[in-house]
Amino acid sequence: MSSSMTTGVSSRKADPRGSGTGVEDAPLLQVRDLHVEFRTRDGVARAVNGVDYSVRAGETIAILGESGSGKSVTAQAVMGILDSPPGFVTGGEILFKGRDLLKLGQDERRKIRGSQLAMIFQDALSSLNPVHSVGYQLGEMFRVHRDASRKEAKARAVELMDRVRIPAAKERVNDYPHQFSGGMRQRIMIAMALALEPDLIIADEPTTALDVTVQAQVMELLAELQAEYNMGLILITHDLGVVADVADKIAVMYAGRIVETAPVHELYARPAHPYTRGLLDSIPRLDQKGQELYAIKGLPPNLLRIPKGCAFNPRCPRAQEICRQEVPKLFQVTEDDGTELAGRGSACFFWKETLHDA
Amino acid sequence: MGRYVIRRLLQMIPVFIGTTFLIFVMVHALGDPVNALFGDRAPDPAVAEKIREQYNLNDPLWLQYLKYMGKLFRWDFGTTFSGQSVTSLLATAFPTTLKLTAVAFTIEVIFGIGLGLLSGLRRGRVADNSVLILTLVVISIPTFVTGYVLQYLVGVKWGAAPATVGDQVTLDRLILPGVVLASVSLAYVARLTRTTVVENVRADYVRTAVAKGLPRRRVVVNHLLRNSLIPVVTFLGTDLGALMGGALVTERIFNIHGVGYYLYQGIVRQNSNTVVGFVTILVIIYLAANLLVDLLYAVLDPRIRYA
Repeated sequence: MSSSMTTGVSSRKADPRGSGTGVEDAPLLQVRDLHVEFRTRDGVARAVNGVDYSVRAGETIAILGESGSGKSVTAQAVMGILDSPPGFVTGGEILFKGRDLLKLGQDERRKIRGSQLAMIFQDALSSLNPVHSVGYQLGEMFRVHRDASRKEAKARAVELMDRVRIPAAKERVNDYPHQFSGGMRQRIMIAMALALEPDLIIADEPTTALDVTVQAQVMELLAELQAEYNMGLILITHDLGVVADVADKIAVMYAGRIVETAPVHELYARPAHPYTRGLLDSIPRLDQKGQELYAIKGLPPNLLRIPKGCAFNPRCPRAQEICRQEVPKLFQVTEDDGTELAGRGSACFFWKETLHDA
Repeated sequence: MGRYVIRRLLQMIPVFIGTTFLIFVMVHALGDPVNALFGDRAPDPAVAEKIREQYNLNDPLWLQYLKYMGKLFRWDFGTTFSGQSVTSLLATAFPTTLKLTAVAFTIEVIFGIGLGLLSGLRRGRVADNSVLILTLVVISIPTFVTGYVLQYLVGVKWGAAPATVGDQVTLDRLILPGVVLASVSLAYVARLTRTTVVENVRADYVRTAVAKGLPRRRVVVNHLLRNSLIPVVTFLGTDLGALMGGALVTERIFNIHGVGYYLYQGIVRQNSNTVVGFVTILVIIYLAANLLVDLLYAVLDPRIRYA
């Protein structure tokens, strides 16, 4: 039994990794110019086309985007669980605590998965194995990564279930996923991700399958545990409402690229990309009751045929000739007087105009 | 669970009565057994009458059935026309067939599931296509062809294994007939396993298992295969019954004196006691196997609960 088994699940890890040399300041995860493509029978679908982002310990970054924007694929590439074939990482770096995950061997990556890097999936019912008890599935983490005995693993599972506030954990540890409610199942998913106190958790639409009231509870729990363990959290979602309360910064994705980054409240107040603007405008609001709901015209692009230039140009109200020709890079967003807005970037040639329209 | 088992056992009673009565009627519909006994010669009326009396053949069919069933519950399966007790025939035939079935079933389970898993995990590649083609070939060739061909090649030409079994029912003699008997079912099991593995390999819970950092072996065995086997077990259960009774062709090719062999003799000689006796036991085996599969289902899939 390893020594880490003796520290309780509830106690915070004592040793800060990479002490001394100021490594503490370096981001936990840095994704650099990541490219992922799917080689299908119909052609090559470019799902991720040069994504950059970083997460620090204790920080929450929300990745926002429609289905097919590449947000989940990016996460899967980071986790190393991309279906391959057809999915291939074709370029870039994924630096986790300074090491490029893409350069590690299969077994090294596997050992990082679950123990240092964990993931929570959208639909807890289908993401949990229907034929194993939740205790077994939680305990597996300790059995595999910590060589725990069956008995120890079960005890740990009960602790974890207590931790995510599942009532009567001891009695329910041998129950199966279908015997739990949706909210409880998602709590079990969270417990599973938390089991080995990872440094970073990726939550892929963790509340999409839940009732609104339960959504809030689950998000609250997640945020609380994240703060307690000082973990980095990547929150993937298409729900702008979920993001506002918990995230520190937001990256908006479109057609496999990040089109805007900003601290969360600034993004809501003053978007600097027409796509973000469109997303915010399409949230139903009480003061617009009775009026027609705004929708971004058109559909997200087919990843087999991403439009030339800015991928958003066919749907963009501001599109000019340059948008159809050149791909905009992520520009630093500044105030009128030229002062840089920290952490703000927009991949739009007309970010200035967009920013000031708001 | 206990109540469910009791209910199922009670349900077996009408099924048991129905099937045995049906087989009773069918055997008698074959013609007059006494005439068949004497072959081409006309029987001496006095002797024929004596036999008829002895075997209750003068009674109406339903009464014959009742008398037969009455004796059955005292574990008396009656005697054949040649005076041998059917119980002693059963005692020689069933252990032999049981051994053959055990060998065939083991081969079927190991290779069927193994090939199916391999094929499912390597979907669309060489291994997968080979398994698909090979199983299709096995399914389309009748058992007596594979039986005779393998017997000739392996048993006679190459001398790699004994060509017939005869009275010594030993493991090494049973391997060749076991392979022949298992072949078709094996092909079905492989295909069924492949299908369910392909279905489940992209399932969310398999992705979760990978994301948990479990070793591949554990992902495949504890998560993927465990779920994929549920429909396969159903097939295996019913097939167990079929293997017990349906080894007729294989048993004849390899001269194995098992259930199929005696059943065949019984039908040819219109020996109703033998046929009904054997079929009765087979019905019980079938029913038991079915119950077992249903119970196993609940063990394999906790979402199924019996009350």
